[in-house]
Order: sequence, then C-alpha cells, then structure tokens
Amino acid sequence: MPGGLSHLRICDFTGQLAGAGATRFLAVFGAQVIRIEDPVHQGRWDILRGMPPYVDDRRGVDLGGAFNNHNVEKLGVTLNLRTERGKELLRELVAISDVVAENFSAGVMERLGFDYEALRAIREDIIYVSNCGFGHEGPYREFKTWGPIVQAVSGLTFSSGLPDQPPAGWGYSYMDHTGAYYMAIAILMALRHRARTGEGQWVDLACTEAGATLTGPALLDYTVNGRPLRREGSPDSNRSQHPPMVPHGVYPSLEEDTWIAIACRDDRDWAALGEATGEGWARQARFADLMGRLAAQGELDELMAGWTRARGNFEAAALLQETGIPAAAVQRPRERIDEDANTEAWGLWPAVQHREMGEVRVDGLPVHFSETDWRIERGGPCLGEHNEEVFGGLLGLSAAEIAALGEEGVL
Amino acid sequence: MTAAGPLEGLRVLELCDELGMFAGKLLADMGAEVIKVEPPEGDRTRAWPPFLDDEPGPDRSLSFWHYNTSKASVTLDLREQGERERLRALIARADIFLQSGTPEGLAREDIAYEALQETNPGLIMVALSPFGQGMPREREAATDLTILAGGGPVWSCGYDDHTLPPMRGGGNQGYHTASHFAVMSTLVALLVRDETGRGQHIDVNAHAAANVTTEAGSYSWLVARQTVQRQTGRHAGMNPSMPSQVKCADGRYVNTGIPPRRPESFAAVCEWLETLGLTNEFLETPLLEEGMRRERFDLALLAQDEELQAIFGAGRSAMNFLASKLTAYEFFTGGQRRGFQIGIIYSPEEVLEDPHFVARGFPVEVEHPELGRTVTYPGAPYRFHRSPWCIRRRAPLLGEDNERVFAELEREGA
Repeated sequence: MPGGLSHLRICDFTGQLAGAGATRFLAVFGAQVIRIEDPVHQGRWDILRGMPPYVDDRRGVDLGGAFNNHNVEKLGVTLNLRTERGKELLRELVAISDVVAENFSAGVMERLGFDYEALRAIREDIIYVSNCGFGHEGPYREFKTWGPIVQAVSGLTFSSGLPDQPPAGWGYSYMDHTGAYYMAIAILMALRHRARTGEGQWVDLACTEAGATLTGPALLDYTVNGRPLRREGSPDSNRSQHPPMVPHGVYPSLEEDTWIAIACRDDRDWAALGEATGEGWARQARFADLMGRLAAQGELDELMAGWTRARGNFEAAALLQETGIPAAAVQRPRERIDEDANTEAWGLWPAVQHREMGEVRVDGLPVHFSETDWRIERGGPCLGEHNEEVFGGLLGLSAAEIAALGEEGVL
Repeated sequence: MTAAGPLEGLRVLELCDELGMFAGKLLADMGAEVIKVEPPEGDRTRAWPPFLDDEPGPDRSLSFWHYNTSKASVTLDLREQGERERLRALIARADIFLQSGTPEGLAREDIAYEALQETNPGLIMVALSPFGQGMPREREAATDLTILAGGGPVWSCGYDDHTLPPMRGGGNQGYHTASHFAVMSTLVALLVRDETGRGQHIDVNAHAAANVTTEAGSYSWLVARQTVQRQTGRHAGMNPSMPSQVKCADGRYVNTGIPPRRPESFAAVCEWLETLGLTNEFLETPLLEEGMRRERFDLALLAQDEELQAIFGAGRSAMNFLASKLTAYEFFTGGQRRGFQIGIIYSPEEVLEDPHFVARGFPVEVEHPELGRTVTYPGAPYRFHRSPWCIRRRAPLLGEDNERVFAELEREGA
C-alpha cells in the first residue's frame, strides 16, 4: 500500500535538481509537497522549467523534460511574495506544514522575510532545511555555485581522470543528485528528531561539504600519512585504489567508442580470467599473485585491451561473467534503459501523465518497500496547476477570491 | 558531552560488505547505535589500504577507519550454530537490520525477513545488493567499477578525445549512491513505523541507483531519445559545448563557469583587469568596454549580431587570460567576489585547508586513544542546529565491543 508519508506536508521552495530531487523522494512516498513559484517570472527561477529535452520539440515553461522528471507527484502553486497578501498566504501555509525546504542562494529567504526565526514564529516546531553550495555561514556565503562548481571545490572533479591529462570530472551534476540525497536525509532525520523530542530545527546543508565527505580514504591518507592525491601518476580513477585490483579498468571493444569494464578482484578471478580468455599471458607465473600484477599494471592493461579489442563488449562481459569475474559493458543510455533486462524487471522507468506533455517516462527509484512502496504516476506540475486545490482546498479561499488574487497578481 | 543526534536510541545491526558500510556510518554519526558484526578474523575491508604508516593490520586500515566511525564491533563465527543464534538475538532487539552482499549471502534462511519479523514485527530490514533480489542479473559479479559502467555514469564521464576511455569518478561513488538510497529509505520506513508500528523489508539495488543518478544521461533518452556524449570536465551533451577548464599560473585548474553574458559582468571583468594593471596587456579590452556600454544583449539576435559574438568571445578570452595570470585560488576568489560562478579544482586534501571549510569547522579531530593521538577526519555533511552530526568514537578495533554487547544480551535474557 503506497502513501507511507501521506501524513506529512512540505512547503517547497526548491528547484533545479539539488533541491527538487530531495522533495521528489518524499513526494513519491505520499508526502504532500507543495511547490511555491513566482508568478511574475513564471517560475523561471527554476531554469529547468523551460529547458530541453522536450517531447516532440514543443517548448515552454510547462514543457521542460528535466523539470517534469524532478517534480513528479508534487503540487504546484504560484505566490507573489512581493505582495502583503502573498506573504500572508505563505504564513498560513507554513502554519500547516511540517517542513520548509529551499535551495536558494544564502540570504534569499531572509530578504523575503522568511528566515528560520520568522518561520519559527509562525510555527514553533517547523523544520527548515536550506541547501546551497557553501552554506549560510562562513567566508564564502555569498559565493554562487551549480553542480560542476560544487564538484570542483569539494575535490570530486580532481578525483576523476587519467594521469597526465586534465581532470575529467563528472559529465553531469553528480553533486546535484547527491546534494538532493543529503537534503532528503536531513529532512527525514529532522522529522525523526521532532518525533522524539517535539523540537523543530534549522539544518544548513552546504553541498561542497557534503561532496567533501565522499573522498574519505584519500583524505585520511593525507592527514595520517601525508600522501596527497595530487602527486605524480595520480589520480588514475579507472584503476582501483581501495582495494587494489589488477587488471582493473575500462577497455576498448570491437566497435568504435564501445567499452568494457573489468575488475579482477583477486587471485581466484585472475585464474578464472586465464580460463575464460585462454590467453597465454593470463597464465604466466609472474602474474599469479597481486604483487606481481601490481608491478606490471601498465603491461597487463595493454594485454587486456588486446583481448577486449577483438570482441563485442556485451559478448566479452557475458564470457567473463560465466566464470564469476566482474565485467560489464559501458552501457549507453539506450542499452541500459531500453535493453537491460534488469532495469525493465525492476520497473525502473515508470511513465507519468503530464497535463501538457502527455505520457512521459521518468527515473524511478532503486528501492522497493515490502509494505509502503513508492508510486510515480503524476507528472510535474504546470505553473499554478494546483492553486485551487491548495488555496481553496487547504486554506479555504473561495473560487472568486482565488480568481481575484490571480487578477491582482498575487497568484 | 555532545548534544544527542536525531537517531539517538535507535539500534542498528550491520552485516555488510563494502556496498553498505557507508550507510551504517551515515546512521551512526547521527546518533544511532550501530553494531557491526564481523567474522573472527575481521571484515575484509580491514585489509584495504591505505594503512596507518603503510603497515597492514586489522586496526590500521584508513579506509576502514573512515567508513566505520561511531560504530561498535562484535565478532561472530556464523558457521557455528550458537553464534548464529547470537546473531538472531541481536537482530531481535534491533530497530534496523542493515545488510549488504550477494544474493546468496542475503538469502540465508535463518536470517530471512519473514522469520525475523515474527519475533520482531517492528524490524526494518534493509538489504543492499548489486542488482536487487530476484532480478535477472542478480547472479552477476560486480564491483564499484562495473556497477558504474553498466549503470550509466561511466558513459557520461571522460574526455573530448573519444579514443581515451570513458571514466569512472574516483572514491567508490557507486557504493555511496546505493548507501544514500539505503539511508533515505530506512528513514522513510522509520517514519512509517511511527504511524503504524510495523516494520518492513527494503530491497536496495545498486545498479538501479547508478541508473537514476545520471541527470541528462537518462532523461534525454527517456524524453527525446537523445544520447549524451562525454566531454572533458563538463556536462555530457548532445552537441559539443565550449571548454570550461583552464590551467592557472600555478599549474592548478579552475572551472571557469559561465562567461560574461550581461553588461554588468563585462563591467566587472574590466574592473578586474584594471585592478590588476592588465587592461592594456589584454588586447580585446575595447570589446569588453563595448559590452559594458550596451544596455542589454538580445540573445535571440546573437546569430546575426557579429559584434555581439565578438564581445562574447572577448569575455571568454578575458577569463582565460585572467586565469593565466593568477593562481587558481586568486582566480576563484577574485571571480566569485565579482559575481562569477567559478570553482577551483581542489584535490581532496586541499579542501581541508581552505579557509571557508576551516571557518565552518569541517575538518574534525577524532581521538585514537590506543595510538595516543588524534586524527583529522572529514566532518559534517549537514549542520543540524539542535541535534548535530558527530563522530562519537573512532572506528572500532576488531571485536572491541564483544564483552559489552554480549553481556547486554545476557542481561536481556536472550
């Protein structure tokens, strides 16, 4: 039975992915998430509203594919917080909400007149979670970021790449996804704290700090052993550092720009590799133990690539998997979304109904609950789509009042 | 004494390999009592480098130190019937049973969810595996590398030069992502249990977690059947975008972010050059000044407006020129203070010395009493003002809590 969190209401100022991804996780478990957007700028503070990809190349503030993906199962209302009446309605909404979530730059909520102290004056046990690149305190509180900047400053960009090349970094905003995960964790933990003690609180989430917790062993190697990751021959992130494995890498396959990842974990995998490939080099005594293989990493990478280059990546991966060696084709989007039996069986790409876009597939969740599983059916909200449901149904305004507020520019 | 964390009073029993150990840390550092069950010879990740002074030993792995802060350790030989009963007794008193591994490991009959739930109806069991349980590919062997390769992230990362392999980002992020979903899900189940009194089983699939953590890699295909292509240090996309990484005067790289696109940003670049005495050395200054003088830019006319194209080009070259004259740190802070979203590309250890991170107290000192010293660790991922994150104790020595935990079990009559 879905709807495990249907007793919770979130007053949601988030946008893009770093914020919207967090409240999405709560919405798909049934929390009532109410997105509040600015009618004056047609909600375009969230730049994804009007950005590609589009269905059938139809463009507009209600037609952004990424926006739809990140905002499924949420309600959307417009509220002009420059007006007194708009502020009053927000106060009414906060008074009946458990959580206020936002990922503006530091200082924006304060300027709107809704920082933590103001929110708390409306509702004593409110939970307020703010999320931005550098947090709300500290020398860089005015600095601005987006995913790639967060990744650069937190050490993650540098950690991805080949020696003697510039950093490869991340080809997407890994820290927008992950910042959203930390934000969801923060909201849920603060709810747990409230359930135990009755207390609300403010959580200040700085995505660069969250990112810097994801390189732990490299950090300790420096603080304990004085060994920096910035050193000759490092990083080499397709190789395995913790634990050491050889061969371990992404190797070329038969067709242009096709690749296979292979991880030979231990001596058993190495022996199996000799069996599976039948190659003479894979049975040489000098490579039989890890020390021998580590000493010849470059040479083994060449030999491995010689074998993989002669085969299709899926075919080679299947062959190696038969003997229990971790191997996987580097799947392109079509392959993992439309042709991977596992994502299909899991139900990983549910289709939603969106008022303007029609039926669209979106990211599902990588978890299944035995009792209160997630549900994704409704698309992201069009601008102000749920004004009547929220201002009428929740706050008790009449249809005439809502229409008048629309004309006055409050909604 | 530190203030109580939000998970104070919560009991977690952890029986995890490398896939789920980070989930246990995330819960433990927020106040949950996490008991890690290890075999008598120790969890295999105790043998993972790097080591204290580069010498191996069960209590010397820095990787183990990082992933097991605030946890307790008990050893059980699960090949012995009596020890398995102890494990069941530990699970019977737990709120959460956190498990990770292969399907064979997870499917052990005596710790199957149905059996455990009978004695402990409130139990939340969270099981992480590479492909999910009962799934078509569940028997495949997997590591962080193969999870990220099959799951999508690797396809999107790498270099403009496609003869170089696509890249896996470092740090075992595939395990981290699965662990993040495990923790988010655990917390949802806890809030549900507060309402219903009942626990449940949660199946966490690492391959699926990677698949839904690729941003445009997935939704470009889902919405428009478009395939992103990798590029050096920036978002993979359908069409090539301009490079965004530049090497500074000190040899370190920066991400130059979005170049000047508004009259105010051109004014800021001009002021920056002027302050550094570089106005005349930069040959395209007149174009920057033109950009500064225009009232607004009509981006819709960019294709026809050759002067505007030249102005934008000059803005980009000015940023690259400034980077070549400054250290990465000077460029980063100088640019940010002028409103440019620029990022210095730090190596992880450099973050710990950055003044902002130091001022916020991000690096934390943790006592290692058996070594007679403290060690600097990465700190809080989030700042809770009432119920803060805190490393309650360094990672446990092997079996360090056997006596205490087993005595508690006796007292509780298990």
